[in-house]
Amino acid sequence: METNINVGEPEKKLTAKDFASDVDVKWCPGCGDYSILAQVQRTSPDFGEKIENIVWVSGIGCSSRFPYYMNTYGFHTIHGRAAAIATGVKLANPKLQVWVATGDGDMLSIGGNHFIHACRKNVNLKVLMFNNRIYGLTKGQYSPTSEKGKVTKSSPYGTVDWPFNAIKLATSSGATFVARSLDRDTKHLQEMITRASKHKGLAFIEIYQNCPIFNDGAFSSLTEKETKSDNVILLEHGKPLVFGANKDKGIKLDGFNPVIIDLNDGVHSINDCFVHDEFDENPTRVFLLARFTDLPGFPAPIGVFRQYHKTTYDDDYAKQIETVKAQKGIGTYEKLMLSNNMWEVK
Amino acid sequence: MEKTVQVVEDVTVRFAGDSGDGMQLTGSQFTDTAAILGNDIGTLPDFPAEIRAPAGSLAGVSGYQLHFSSSDIQTPGDSPDVLVAMNPAALKVNLKDLKPNATVIVNTNAFDAKNLRLANYDTNPLEDGSLSAYNVISVELTKLTMTALEGIDLSIKDKDKCKNFFALGIMYWMYNRPIDITDKWLESKFKKKPEVLAANKKALQAGYNYGETTEIFTTRYDVKPAKLPAGTYRNVSGNEAAALGFITASLKSGLPLFLGSYPITPASEILQELSKYKDYGVITFQAEDEISGICSAIGAAFTGSLAITSTSGPGLSLKMEAAGLAVMTELPLVIIDVQRGGPSTGLPTKTEQADLLQAMYGRHGEAPVVILAAQSPADCFYMSVEAARIALKYMVPVILLTDGYLAFGSEPLKIPKFEELPEIDIKFRTEKEGYYPYLRDENLVRPWAVPGTPGLEHRLGGLEKKDVYGYISYEAANHEIMIKNRKQKVDNVQKLIPDLRVDGDQQGELLVLTWGSTYGATTEAINNIRKKGFKASHAHLRYLNPFPKNLGELLGSFKKILLPELNTGQLAFLVRSTFLKDVIQLNKLQGQPFKVAEIEHKIIEVLGGSNGN
Repeated sequence: METNINVGEPEKKLTAKDFASDVDVKWCPGCGDYSILAQVQRTSPDFGEKIENIVWVSGIGCSSRFPYYMNTYGFHTIHGRAAAIATGVKLANPKLQVWVATGDGDMLSIGGNHFIHACRKNVNLKVLMFNNRIYGLTKGQYSPTSEKGKVTKSSPYGTVDWPFNAIKLATSSGATFVARSLDRDTKHLQEMITRASKHKGLAFIEIYQNCPIFNDGAFSSLTEKETKSDNVILLEHGKPLVFGANKDKGIKLDGFNPVIIDLNDGVHSINDCFVHDEFDENPTRVFLLARFTDLPGFPAPIGVFRQYHKTTYDDDYAKQIETVKAQKGIGTYEKLMLSNNMWEVK
Repeated sequence: MEKTVQVVEDVTVRFAGDSGDGMQLTGSQFTDTAAILGNDIGTLPDFPAEIRAPAGSLAGVSGYQLHFSSSDIQTPGDSPDVLVAMNPAALKVNLKDLKPNATVIVNTNAFDAKNLRLANYDTNPLEDGSLSAYNVISVELTKLTMTALEGIDLSIKDKDKCKNFFALGIMYWMYNRPIDITDKWLESKFKKKPEVLAANKKALQAGYNYGETTEIFTTRYDVKPAKLPAGTYRNVSGNEAAALGFITASLKSGLPLFLGSYPITPASEILQELSKYKDYGVITFQAEDEISGICSAIGAAFTGSLAITSTSGPGLSLKMEAAGLAVMTELPLVIIDVQRGGPSTGLPTKTEQADLLQAMYGRHGEAPVVILAAQSPADCFYMSVEAARIALKYMVPVILLTDGYLAFGSEPLKIPKFEELPEIDIKFRTEKEGYYPYLRDENLVRPWAVPGTPGLEHRLGGLEKKDVYGYISYEAANHEIMIKNRKQKVDNVQKLIPDLRVDGDQQGELLVLTWGSTYGATTEAINNIRKKGFKASHAHLRYLNPFPKNLGELLGSFKKILLPELNTGQLAFLVRSTFLKDVIQLNKLQGQPFKVAEIEHKIIEVLGGSNGN
């Protein structure tokens, strides 16, 4: 039976509404997830896929309710396993476009193993990780991205663990598209989602997302008008790293270390700034940029850290099957049961 | 010297040596030759969990037992008639299992001071008279092999590796088997290594000639072909048979086969076997862990594949949460569990039947699944097809239990015609009109609508769903309805499965009830006690959840029920709690299958030790 459905351009231009299911959205008022859902629905018509060929897979957590709100095929699975189930979906039918909605706890803690191996294999999945640096659905315990020392319900004296840096983890695991965006920066988020949809290979977007109930304001310095420009730096291919309200601050390299420079100090100019190259296959640049969020005083980069090409797991698998079929011919039952050690009893 | 040929009905041979001595290979070559000559066969490899324990040590002994016969047999034999022992440790470990007066062929070159010490022998058993009860044949296997291979351009180490083929040559001579089947195998195996090929062939031939010319062997034995039903046969191990069964189910259903699996002893061969069949479109996903193995399969099931995950006990435990998701989302999935000695890492290479209750009750919540069990290596083929058929027809997870004994053991499979196998008729839902994800048919089965189908976009998930409509529902009454539906759907599988058949009288004093791999030993035990004038009936369960519908009635027709199991009484527990009928247990927990004699003795004991004559 043919289960692969032909993919083609949709006949009529779809709209955001076509991608919204009729289920009431039940996140807390003010949750950053609303914005992410809206941006996904707004950009979905641009993915170039028919609705029936899109599958949203999620694990467990607030973010993982996402598939219920999309009018596509969806699978709300179990805690941490979204990447594993999505891999099965994609491998079984590579013509589907498979998206994963997940959170920092779901993907980096209980699902860490599946995440790194999906990245390693470069499975053609689009992973949106909503990072609110807290466990929301279980009501406020620290997560693997909570900053060290954070006081939460399960760390009344502050955490003693160091957090994960999701960009570094995805990059070193082999993801071929690694980006970051903000729930509140709707235009930027739309751009990142659309670009991920066009990437062939594992696309990972870390989305800083505010949890108004258990970790309110975690990213306010990156999203509030007054502080935003000093705390966020936009990564754009071929452009120097410049930030600040008046674009008067830049990042230059001192050996392997980034330093913030004042472009108005008469000493430095824009020519001293580090120039972003998204397509550099060498991951060194990504690690350099990803470190900014670990360094006090540095702005958080948003944008595409790196995008490069590597054959995908699902493609290579399908090709291997075709090659063997071409060599051996299509398998039949008679051929299957044939063996070197057969004998006849009369 | 005149050598006589004596015809015997059946022989049990055990090859034993270091795990590096190639005993599994030697045994399987003898098996193939015996099978092709038409004997019925049963085999039991027995090897340590360590890949290469220190050479010469007791822990490193690897054995392969083969039972071949001119009559219908069901087991690898209780006690060997012949032991080939490549070193003192192999002799020490295996001697206790031999029949009285058994023949022992030993490699005397390996009986040096170091090896004797490693085997904890104070004196050389070949010289101290301790083997006087056996027919010991001392052969300088190492030296003879070296001499035979003079002039071949190979290192001493490589030549030494050929001594197992010298031993095999002797055995072929002794049991009147030709060497050409193994010759052909060697030719295909070592096509690219002409020296290794020449050396092994020469060692094999030299061993055969040695039997022919020396005077230490006076008798050859012949085992005539068995009278098996007409047809084409091949030798299969349980794992191989399971893989063939799954591919057959894929061909029958027209669905692509997807296996998500993580390597684990003794189930890895299913993954390895299936990975060969790319020409059948088989996808084998070697996952990062057991959980991903089942989860990827669940993803593939959602997408419209025949989805399988293979594992053993520890892996089954890891898969249980995801199995619950498959129960909740009512997706077709086959979990094959090749049971091994537990708990924990336990005895990875040894057999046990102790996962039945895990299969039955191991998930959180009310999460019933269908449970099947294969009865012999060849039956692994049929039960794999059956597991796939039930999973697909009822949109339900099925756990298929086999075990290490079946997985590694082998026997002839009479190759069925494709048409003889049950049809697996799959219809994906494509009709938009009136579709709901949890709509149910007369068997309570929900429709299978796969991604890519226009208009049927829906969301599945682990949260409780509203009956019929499939949206999230926390309603109290709905939860109860859904639990009952899931349970009833599994119970409805009873309609699809055959009644339990009784071998012997349909009522009477004693019914021996078995499941899984105890089938073979019990069948032979029943035959034996009947020959001695005792009367007992035998019924064997291949369907454990739901049970065949006539099981309760059958149990009521016998005064006593004897239930042999390789656990502390797991089926006994289920039978007692389901039917309120007591049973007599026979349990063995040694990582080894039952011997025929053990079951035979118990039956006779239960019958009062008298045949009534």
